[in-house]
Amino acid sequence: MIKQIAVFLENKAGKASGCCKVLKDANVNLLALSIADTQDFGILRLITEDNEKALAALKAAGYISSEVELVGIEVPDEAGALSNLLIALGDGGVSVEYMYSYAGVDGHAKIAFKTSTPEAAVAVLKKAGAKLI
Amino acid sequence: MQYFQKELETMSADQKKVLQSERLVKMVKYVYENQKPYRAKMDAIKLKPDDIKSIDDIYKLPYTVKQDLRDAYPFGMMARSRRDLVRLHASSATTGKLTVAGYTMNDIDVWGECAARSLVMAGADEESIIHIAYGYGLFTGGLGMHYGGEKLGACVVPASAGNTQKQIQLITDFGADIICCTPSYIIYLAEEIEKLGLKPGVDIKLKGGVFGAEAWSEGMRADIEKRLGIRACDIYGLSEIAGPGVACDCEFKTGMHFQDDHFYPEIVDVNTLEPLPYGESGELVITTLTKEGMPLLRYRTRDIASLNADPCPCGRTTIKLNKITGRSDDMLIIRGVNVFPSQIESVLLKDADIQPHYHINVDRVNSLDTMEIVVELSPNVSIDEVAHVEEIRKRLAANMASALSVSAKITLVSPGTVARSEGKAKRITDNRKL
Repeated sequence: MIKQIAVFLENKAGKASGCCKVLKDANVNLLALSIADTQDFGILRLITEDNEKALAALKAAGYISSEVELVGIEVPDEAGALSNLLIALGDGGVSVEYMYSYAGVDGHAKIAFKTSTPEAAVAVLKKAGAKLI
Repeated sequence: MQYFQKELETMSADQKKVLQSERLVKMVKYVYENQKPYRAKMDAIKLKPDDIKSIDDIYKLPYTVKQDLRDAYPFGMMARSRRDLVRLHASSATTGKLTVAGYTMNDIDVWGECAARSLVMAGADEESIIHIAYGYGLFTGGLGMHYGGEKLGACVVPASAGNTQKQIQLITDFGADIICCTPSYIIYLAEEIEKLGLKPGVDIKLKGGVFGAEAWSEGMRADIEKRLGIRACDIYGLSEIAGPGVACDCEFKTGMHFQDDHFYPEIVDVNTLEPLPYGESGELVITTLTKEGMPLLRYRTRDIASLNADPCPCGRTTIKLNKITGRSDDMLIIRGVNVFPSQIESVLLKDADIQPHYHINVDRVNSLDTMEIVVELSPNVSIDEVAHVEEIRKRLAANMASALSVSAKITLVSPGTVARSEGKAKRITDNRKL
């Protein structure tokens, strides 16, 4: 499992940069980042090297932030690799709330996703032979 | 038709004073005998009904404030039993409770006469078709003008609010010559009429209208009159006293003719409560002179305005109320609905996912009032899913609409974003240009 930090951002210029500045000042390195945006607000999702430090710094700076567990998998960097796993998850009755990828190495991509049934997801993925993070 | 009740509307100043004095003396005796809150207020300052000998003694009487009505909720302020009351109206007060007003049949008749006088000022007569696009219900606008139109002997179309396309069809097909609605709605109607390519004077037969329930300016009046080719009259009323018709403009627009044979106006200094002379701006205070169901002595309306006694070319001799320029409390009027920030606060306090730090932005877009409530999320709320944040926003919007009777856009922000202030919080930004 992977621990992710979600940060609430108002839809105003400079809000995302302000948040990243807080993490820079706390000397926290980012591994992955994804933004979900609506007309009125955005949610910044982060995977960092030190969540504890990041959360403390964000809360101190007044950002609403919370830690959430995501399921992480490593997939081979080739066409159809992710598709096969998603089909397996769908067949196993696991629904994915949101998902994003981040930097991979050695011909593999790293994927993180949120689900309301993480145990079922892990079982399905193991059965399908996926490499969990 | 020049007047609805010529004798009453054009009586000399001396006659008026005699009439007002007789009525006030009777009224004070009546409230002392029939309304416990007034007996208590008068006893507390050792004032006997006999001490009031003419209208000049009115300053001796105690004031009445909205809180008095709230304390008496729902029927503690009524001077008559249920047997005699024929109607209840109510408007929003601050937290939750409504301000209730009870009317006897005679009160409804007097109110209807005042509304009829107002309609005549806008150009109506027995031949008129009067289109009423005020809401019907606890709000006094619709029913008030409805009874006024019938009292006049005109033909009333009770269209009520909403469904603009149908309103325009009715106005066109029935050939209404008089219309009653809020000033912002008539501008919206005028825009829609223009879009449909209908020509005022040809397809639209309107020649006059009374517009009230929200503040508007001379600039808006000029715009309405030019676009629709009508006489646009400002009308004043409040459910505690009587709905629309307490005062109304005539064609000369020298100030709204205040129906001072039934309702006696004063202007007082907001801070000292000392009566102010004509022309000076302060809080409008009204004493009912003939009301039976729920008479009120020196009721503080919270509306800021001034009075003038200049003669009017129309021949009416009433005192006149100049345009309302503001409020002495924090009440907002959004699309004709009274909204108090404390009502908004009570909705916010009930929701654990947000903090009751908020700011209200009011604007007018395409002639319609809009309200945005900016509120802070609670620091502990889980926010990683868009759907969850949207759910909080939608829940708040629904609770707000049901508590306020008017919709508001909810904008969620981070904790600490809404400006804090040490003294009296400035929670409202009103960008409406009237």
